[in-house]
Amino acid sequence: MIAVQGLVKIYGTQRAVDGISFTVQRGEILGFLGPNGAGKSTTMKMITGFIRPDAGTATVGGIDVTADPVGVKRQLGYLPESAPAYPEMTVEEFLGFIAEVRGFRETVEKRARIEHVLTLTHLASVRAQTIETLSKGYKQRVGFAQALIHNPPALVLDEPTDGLDPNQKNEVRTLIKSMASEKAVILSTHILEEVDAICTRVIIIARGRIVADETPAALRARQPGARLDEIFRTLTADNASA
Amino acid sequence: MTQIRPLFKREFLGYFRSPVAYVFLISFLVISVSLAFSRYGNFFKSGTASLETYFLFFPWLFMFIVPAVGMRLWSEEKRAGTVELLFTLPITTLEAVLGKFLAGWAFLTLGILLSFPMALTVAYLGDPDWGVMAATYFGAILMAGAYLGVCALTSALTKNQVISFVLSLAACAVLVFLGLSSFTTTLESILPVGLADVVSNFSFVTHFDAFTKGIVDPKDVIFFLSLIGFTLFLNVVALER
Ligand SMILES: Nc1ncnc2c1ncn2[C@@H]1O[C@H](COP(=O)(O)OP(=O)(O)OP(=O)(O)O)[C@@H](O)[C@H]1O
Ligand SMILES: [Mg+2]
Repeated sequence: MIAVQGLVKIYGTQRAVDGISFTVQRGEILGFLGPNGAGKSTTMKMITGFIRPDAGTATVGGIDVTADPVGVKRQLGYLPESAPAYPEMTVEEFLGFIAEVRGFRETVEKRARIEHVLTLTHLASVRAQTIETLSKGYKQRVGFAQALIHNPPALVLDEPTDGLDPNQKNEVRTLIKSMASEKAVILSTHILEEVDAICTRVIIIARGRIVADETPAALRARQPGARLDEIFRTLTADNASA
Repeated sequence: MTQIRPLFKREFLGYFRSPVAYVFLISFLVISVSLAFSRYGNFFKSGTASLETYFLFFPWLFMFIVPAVGMRLWSEEKRAGTVELLFTLPITTLEAVLGKFLAGWAFLTLGILLSFPMALTVAYLGDPDWGVMAATYFGAILMAGAYLGVCALTSALTKNQVISFVLSLAACAVLVFLGLSSFTTTLESILPVGLADVVSNFSFVTHFDAFTKGIVDPKDVIFFLSLIGFTLFLNVVALER
């Protein structure tokens, strides 16, 4: 569903993303891990067509994002880092806007879409509140709701559980898991337990390069008995000294 | 192109979701009307039943007012990070540019049309030439669009609204000053007369004046429309860079 081939992004002299390749099939949940500044968000921005890669290609559902960006964007649900949204709009107005741009212009269908995601993300109680007055976790949920509104075949979620309380983290994980059977999902996270909890595959990147690409079980097997954060530290530190 | 509609709607209603719209519309009316009644405007003393003195100041007023409307168009999206949301929705850059521009233009048009009570006052006091009046409104709306095109472009260049405002103001000021007689004389002294004519031909004042006299010259219409087209094209380029 999502295929990335040799992606490169250069900022000044820094190779923020340095030749990343992977594919994600429907039914897979790919956990994207790496230290701060590793290039996770940058990679996601290139897949979603927000920034142009300096080299390499990204395709979603067989469509190349540089050749037909709108075609790719139709199939993607994207939650950008820190979930930007128009602060002066209410939750309902905002989701209504997204629904309209996503092609749901008819009142009945639009309403149904909005109601559906409001329920999924537990936002019904704040539907008439303006987004600027929401707490961080609620804002995050609005961003998530926005990404789901058109039931896309591919989801790209940049730190979807960031800022959520433990109950909500669990809710969101369950939700992602329940949808995953027919979707290809990429999510980035700093929470290593999340990998065990929902991911079918893990990619760890450091300084723009992939240092591990395997199942959570294989990752654990690298150092039997060690905690995940120790393995993470070994992998990302190796790269730094190399 | 059907994607323009929701973008337009969000942007246009967005003006009214904050106090900005009301502050803007009210101050625009207060300033424009008081200028007309001022010593400089001589609204009453002019002794004619027309809005010529009211519209006299529009090129100047727009120089400040339109950047105030246009500065947020892109700067605000960049600052708040919503550009990332906007440009990962299934829309083209051109659709986004047009949706926003048309919304801002519609808002400015609303402001201009709200001055219609002035026209009614004139009609009550005398017998105005409605043809001239219509031409002037048409010209004012066109000119507002051209100003807005410039401001939308400068707004796309920065995420800082203050910088965006100052840049827009400077760009608009140049477009106004080019037509001032003192300025053209200076130009003629340093440039060949032909070239000076071409340069002063870019002034908004020159092109707007004809409308206030009731003359709708296709050349003036084309001037404003092509300026709009050109700035919107650059706007797309600036965003895709
Ligand atoms: N617009 C930009 N201009 C210059 N450098 C940038 C830009 N965007 C990102 N970078 C750099 O690219 C590198 C990768 O950034 P990126 O945001 O992808 O990291 P990340 O893995 O998402 O980190 P985090 O875990 O903190 O979210 C960083 O070093 C960052 O400073
Ligand atoms: Mg990031």
